[in-house]
Amino acid sequence: MSEGKEIKTSQMSEVWRRLRRNRAAIVGGIIVLLFVLIAIFAPLISPYPPNEGDLAKRLNPPSQEHLLGTDPLGRDLLSRVIYGARISLQIQIVSVSIALVIGTLLGILGGYYGGKFDHLIMRLMDILLAFPGIFLAISIIAVLGTGLTNLMLAAGIYSVPQFARIVRGSVLTLKEKEFIEAARAVGESDFNITFRYLLPNSMAPIIIQTTLRMATVLLTASGLSFLGLGVQPPTAEWGAMLSNARAYLVTAPHVATVPGLAIMLVVMGFNLFGDGLRDSLDPRLRD
Amino acid sequence: MGRYILKRLLMLLPVLLGVSLISFSLLHMVPGDPAIILAGEQADEEFIKAVRKEYGLDQPLYVQYFQFISHVAQGDFGVSIRNREPVIKLLKERFLFTVQLSFLSILIAGFIGLIAGVISSTKQYSLFDNLSMVGALFGISMPIFWLGLLLMLVFSVQLRWFPSGGKGTLVHLILPAIALGAASSAVIARMTRASMLEVIRQDYIRTARANGLREFIVIYKHALKNAMIPVITVFGLEFGYMLGGAVLTETVFSLPGVGRLMIEGIFQRDYPVVQGSMLLVATTFVVVNLLTDIAYAFFDPRIRYE
Repeated sequence: MSEGKEIKTSQMSEVWRRLRRNRAAIVGGIIVLLFVLIAIFAPLISPYPPNEGDLAKRLNPPSQEHLLGTDPLGRDLLSRVIYGARISLQIQIVSVSIALVIGTLLGILGGYYGGKFDHLIMRLMDILLAFPGIFLAISIIAVLGTGLTNLMLAAGIYSVPQFARIVRGSVLTLKEKEFIEAARAVGESDFNITFRYLLPNSMAPIIIQTTLRMATVLLTASGLSFLGLGVQPPTAEWGAMLSNARAYLVTAPHVATVPGLAIMLVVMGFNLFGDGLRDSLDPRLRD
Repeated sequence: MGRYILKRLLMLLPVLLGVSLISFSLLHMVPGDPAIILAGEQADEEFIKAVRKEYGLDQPLYVQYFQFISHVAQGDFGVSIRNREPVIKLLKERFLFTVQLSFLSILIAGFIGLIAGVISSTKQYSLFDNLSMVGALFGISMPIFWLGLLLMLVFSVQLRWFPSGGKGTLVHLILPAIALGAASSAVIARMTRASMLEVIRQDYIRTARANGLREFIVIYKHALKNAMIPVITVFGLEFGYMLGGAVLTETVFSLPGVGRLMIEGIFQRDYPVVQGSMLLVATTFVVVNLLTDIAYAFFDPRIRYE
């Protein structure tokens, strides 16, 4: 094994060792893993089809037949929550990937080239950040229209500035380091310097941001669906399910409890795991 | 300080221009002829023509943009397509409500967050510290709209302590303000704790203790004052984010805020209302951030020289 690979492996095992010792991160990791497995194997573990209901059994409380009860159309809530995990995971992966690719590219190019180009990119990011929180995603939906694809785009664009800023910050620090100067001195191309040296060395903040952003995107996307701007019925999406449950808050509170609990658990899982990753990848950040 | 404020004000200009450009583009980016959208789909040819002329839609885009900017600068946000009322009138009523709600939320969040953060830092790893940090984790992980529904279910439906919606008195705002402020109180608690822990480790705190000052004085007079500087930034940012998050709370509790107005505007394709709401909320957020930065620079002079 070459020396470079050995150093990388020992760094990885050190990160893994620190992560393993962080109980909160392990709990978060288990929640995330369970969520992903449920999403993947939804058709196998779901007791009923998510969109088929029996009106005679509408708003039934939890029972042996329906472990989490039924919704206003008599559909099995457990099955809908299980299938909801699929939609949520899909939204998270697509949206965070959009933000990751665009944000990282903008951040790396802005940070490396600097000057007017960097100034322009950062002002653009400032403009996007001028819309507080979910308001940016709502504004994008106002232009694009509702639906799953537009929801993923909106949640993705909403997260671009965070990636761009973090990657730019990392690149600004790295580009002053000797190994980048050395790469320039031996005539490496800009492409090689940015993608072979700067990008791999910025991976720690990118990984942390990706994990934590999975939580934010889920909150945003389910919020948009709750407002009626995202995934439309009858698709089993947690935010849309909650919106539907509002009218039955008094008569069947379990209908609102189940999807909300699912969102909270998954968000918590990603937050715990992300915080743990941050502590393991960069122990200086720990308070 | 004056130079710093001027510099920050100048940096604000391109952002505000960008925000106005995005709001302006809205009408031109949605599918369909803007004149038909503004006139309404049932409108006859004559009326559409009149609207096209009135709004300058027959002019080149850059002329339309400058007209838009100059109208907005004079407080003219156009007329609502749905009820033909001036958008500024709708915004005034709704925006004041959202600001009130956000203000109450930040008060509640600040009160809870500061107390939890300070006590946690002075009793690090105690039961209180652990419980409040677990509470903070719940705070940042709970969707606002779900928390709102749960609060409504428990405190309005079951206990009947608070009304479940409507407006008028402070009591109507308490549950929505708690729902909106929960995440912020978590962020403030975490930030205060981290900042206090850092300050408590400083030499001057050790000196204060060595001089025999009472622990209460050391913490609340010497440590808290300096630990508050970074927390100010969080307060400003969180207040700004509340303006955005209010849209969810307003929907849950059926409250007449600007967020709700924007959502109604989107559903009714009432674009002047959507444009006005976007502009107003974004501008307020940017101004709140500017004020936060200035406050930060005021309390920590090192910022000005960076």
